[in-house]
Amino acid sequence: MPRKRLDLTFPPRQATKPITYHLVKDFDLVPNILRAQIHPGQEGRMVLEVTGRKEDFDAGIAFLESEGIVVRPAATDICLDEDKCVLCGLCTAVCRPGALTLNGAGDELVFDKDKCVYCEACVVACPRRAITLTF
Amino acid sequence: MGKTWDEINERISSGSAVVLTAEEFAELAADVGVKEAARRVDVVTTGTFGPMCSSGVVLNFGHSDPPIRMSRITLNDVEAYGGLAAVDTFLGVTQQSASRGLEYGGAHVIEDLIAGKAVRLRAWSSGTDCYPRTEIDTWVRLEDLNQAYFFNPRNAYQNYAVAVNSSDRVLHTYMGTLLPRLGNATYCSAGALSPLLNDPAYRTIGVGSRIFVAGAPGFVAWEGTQHNPNQQRDEHGVPVAPAGTLAVIADLKRASTRFFAAASMTGYGVSAFVGIGVPIPVLDEDVAQTLALTDADISATVFDYGVQRRSRPALGRVTYAELRSGAIEVQGKKVPAGPISSLKKAREIAAELKRWISEERFTLAEPLKPLPQPGEQGVKPLEIRSEEAI
Ligand code: SF4
Ligand code: SF4
Repeated sequence: MPRKRLDLTFPPRQATKPITYHLVKDFDLVPNILRAQIHPGQEGRMVLEVTGRKEDFDAGIAFLESEGIVVRPAATDICLDEDKCVLCGLCTAVCRPGALTLNGAGDELVFDKDKCVYCEACVVACPRRAITLTF
Repeated sequence: MGKTWDEINERISSGSAVVLTAEEFAELAADVGVKEAARRVDVVTTGTFGPMCSSGVVLNFGHSDPPIRMSRITLNDVEAYGGLAAVDTFLGVTQQSASRGLEYGGAHVIEDLIAGKAVRLRAWSSGTDCYPRTEIDTWVRLEDLNQAYFFNPRNAYQNYAVAVNSSDRVLHTYMGTLLPRLGNATYCSAGALSPLLNDPAYRTIGVGSRIFVAGAPGFVAWEGTQHNPNQQRDEHGVPVAPAGTLAVIADLKRASTRFFAAASMTGYGVSAFVGIGVPIPVLDEDVAQTLALTDADISATVFDYGVQRRSRPALGRVTYAELRSGAIEVQGKKVPAGPISSLKKAREIAAELKRWISEERFTLAEPLKPLPQPGEQGVKPLEIRSEEAI
């Protein structure tokens, strides 16, 4: 079954419907929340991995959009500017899933795409601003 | 049996000196023994490349016509010190741009200058009879300046803390982002490659030592600020927490962006990665003993940055070999560890310095004055008190 990563932006509103519940119940989709930052009264963001059939998927997205949620494909890769990177390793210290690590010799960055949840922690932490997320 | 500074320098001048990096020397010593390694090798090179906030440059712009006595100065909108003579200034790396905050600061201006880019210089003055101009707005490049040199009050810390955070919130510090409840650990030292860890008793490094600063040949100018020789030491005499420091001076015009890089630490501020390398003469077996130490022999103390006080609680000690493995144990918990200081660059610096000595015949300088030794001075705190209480 196809699996897609979505980046949702919620308008600032008091309460949001339990959207993941609706995706499961009404559209037969399996959502997996990779990252969520939602505070009442502020714009929120959630990165979801959704598994399901194509038709259900399209209907699910139409539902999310009808709720005023902006749906975009989520980042699927990180891009490293090697001219800026000084191999300090600071990004590896904030990557909780262990997607960014240093090799055994400690002098090369290793990125394991399968482990990355596109949380942007490395982007923010990099003192050289050498990492960007790409789509 | 030992070697003198002069003998070593003669060998460097004649191109016959044997020079190894600290990592190579430790390997050799493990192979043939410290005594034999000390006999074979003349100089060992060290290197470190980490954020060093106490760094900056002295600049002289030359005089405009009519001249100005600059009292407020900005470079690319970053304020530089206006309290020196008419067209002299000091620009510190941590100063932030008025318009771009921590995304651009003194360190970025210096990196741009080294890269050969033009920088916008603006200055203001009240005007005097001898310096009538009150305002100037122009562009300068490094090559246009009369003097431009680093004067870094505190570089090359001899060991550093390992930072963790036991509190319940994320902390943004000069040690990077520290995740709550011991979620990660960061450390900042080149370990076995670090200059002052290879000469723990300051036998060969002192005022006047010729060193590598950001790609340029430079000197140790003085002890660094907060130089603390009295820090706790291990059985090899190596400090287990931040101890000695160096104040350094070097020509900015000969620096390279390979070895100087501005840093924006989110939630903290601007700093600069500065590359420092120090050559150590293998005078005798005693010097060789500490040169032969590896990351497994050198340790650092874990401090809890979740406690926001001057004295942070120490949560134990770990070796650099453990830190480099990517995870350490703190209070029985496995904590992922990441560096801030670049091992790759530290290696490049030690290798570059080795090349200077073997190919360019860069000789060593015996210190003119030793750094303060253990027992001579410590670090005093700043007390908050009234005039009457003094
Ligand atoms: S985006 Fe998050 S998970 Fe991916 S590499 Fe960066 S820190 Fe790690
Ligand atoms: S934090 Fe930035 S500069 Fe440091 S290793 Fe990671 S990508 Fe490179």
